[in-house]
Amino acid sequence: MPDQLLFAMEVTLNGLMAGVLYALVALGFVLIFKASGIFNYAQGVLALFAALTLVGLQEGQIPFAHLINAIFGTEVHHFGWHLPGIVAIALTVGVMVLLAIAIERFILKHLVNQEPIILFMATIGLAYFLEGLGDIMWGSDIKKLDVGLPQGISDTIDATTANWFGYGFFIDRLDIVATVIAALLVISLTLFSQYSKQGRALRAVADDHQAALSVGISLRFIWVLVWSIAGFVALVAGIMWGTKSGVQFSLSLIALKALPVLMLGGFTSIPGAIVGGLIIGVGEKLFEFAIGPMVGGATENWFAYVLALLFLVFRPQGLFGEKIIERV
Amino acid sequence: MNDMSQGNYTTADGRKIGSVLMEMKNITLRFGGVVAIKDISFDIHEGEIRAIIGPNGAGKSSMLNVISGFYVPSEGEVWFRGAKRPQMRPYQVAQQGIARTFQNIALFKGMSTLDNIMTGRMTMMKSGMAAQAMWWGKAEREESEHREAVEKIIDFLEIQAIRKTPVGRLPYGLQKRVELGRALAAEPKLLLLDEPMAGMNVEEKEDMSRFILDVNDEFGTTIALIEHDMGVVMDLSDRVVVMDYGKKIGDGTPDEVRNNQEVIDAYLGVSHD
Repeated sequence: MPDQLLFAMEVTLNGLMAGVLYALVALGFVLIFKASGIFNYAQGVLALFAALTLVGLQEGQIPFAHLINAIFGTEVHHFGWHLPGIVAIALTVGVMVLLAIAIERFILKHLVNQEPIILFMATIGLAYFLEGLGDIMWGSDIKKLDVGLPQGISDTIDATTANWFGYGFFIDRLDIVATVIAALLVISLTLFSQYSKQGRALRAVADDHQAALSVGISLRFIWVLVWSIAGFVALVAGIMWGTKSGVQFSLSLIALKALPVLMLGGFTSIPGAIVGGLIIGVGEKLFEFAIGPMVGGATENWFAYVLALLFLVFRPQGLFGEKIIERV
Repeated sequence: MNDMSQGNYTTADGRKIGSVLMEMKNITLRFGGVVAIKDISFDIHEGEIRAIIGPNGAGKSSMLNVISGFYVPSEGEVWFRGAKRPQMRPYQVAQQGIARTFQNIALFKGMSTLDNIMTGRMTMMKSGMAAQAMWWGKAEREESEHREAVEKIIDFLEIQAIRKTPVGRLPYGLQKRVELGRALAAEPKLLLLDEPMAGMNVEEKEDMSRFILDVNDEFGTTIALIEHDMGVVMDLSDRVVVMDYGKKIGDGTPDEVRNNQEVIDAYLGVSHD
């Protein structure tokens, strides 16, 4: 096989894996949008906050250590333990649920039946609040996240492909894990939203608050549920991105990459988030590979947004979004 | 003549009406300085069709919202099944067995007819979240049981053909019918209908009247409805409360109400001098 083609295949595979990571972030947006019609600007920060909390708990950092030291003149930093990854993850899930309850209690509860734009503004506020909170709680230095996920080049794939094609593919094992986890997440979330009582309630709440109340659905419970799930998805995304490139505050910016994914896949479709993520992941890698050299490179910075713009023009609901029904 | 306000009675067409299901005691509702409902009391008996009528702005919908928990009365008590109801959120009222429809249809527009009516079963589903999420044994059995009940309602309302259609696409009359179906799915002890025939043509009104009577007849459901159309109300209901400017001006059988001078004045207008 010609080298160019093999290289393109490798690029495509890597693009698919990168797409999965985009999709994980987009998934969090879709969940909240589906359930409450809110575009949750804070989703990226949620992932950052989850990752920070995970590292902090795992390393036994004392939350608010800087603040405590500054006020009381003490010198405390660590509890002195080091938790196994799985325990730290379980604890972080607990923190994310508490955070969901707090968000419902202090923000959403007061904004029932408000315009979506108001709720959107509230999530912007939330995003900055959480960023600050994460900073005060866990400090602002870049941290290494290691919960025991495999990392580095997969030798098996390298050897196999070398054997088949005479050219070894470079695939990161972390990307493979991310793909498997994302697939499991999507399957379970889709089943949950389509076929379970709570899933139906969730879609009902998204559609009409009043009507949902009238059939006996507690808005508060559903909101806590949705934000907990979104927090959980954020944690998964945070673990993947954090393991890949360290836990740092620029993590919250991955949310921006999720936007074109959402426009492609549709804001209301869970499978759409995945397919959208894959298309963008593969698209930007291949585009960079094929066209990049001609235009001076760095196409990955804008390719996704231009693609999203084209979709907005020709198919505003995205590939899988609910058709926009408007009776006149 | 039976004493209607106290015990059981028998209607003109021979149906037996049970004891008091719901009682509103001296309900007053204020929004800021505006008094929407002023010291109104009435009761609803088990098995009857009770209408609340009145001109525009009389406070009928407000009254329905008080019953269904969407509004909290400023004064007065709501008694349901022999007990005073504490202050409740609308979803808790629904869980108590009070289902309702809305004046301007509140359906889940993106969801199919079937899914819409399935949400009506929410209060009847018992399986916990873990079981539901895992889709195991009990939850699965439960889901198919509820599905069966919903299919019966779909047959009853003659909407088989639109089972899978997103309700946002349906014409108005059918949407109203789906909304009725969703309320029925909860097997309510009390069914509240907010202007079930508003905006309908004659044929649709006849259909809807037939369904309301059939629901009452076949399931024995107690119904409280608000209606504008005097003719429809008089044909449908066993007893009628008449409201005007937030006050109760009449209460009794359709015949009694029709001959009540105050009611005639409210509806036809009277010169004040």
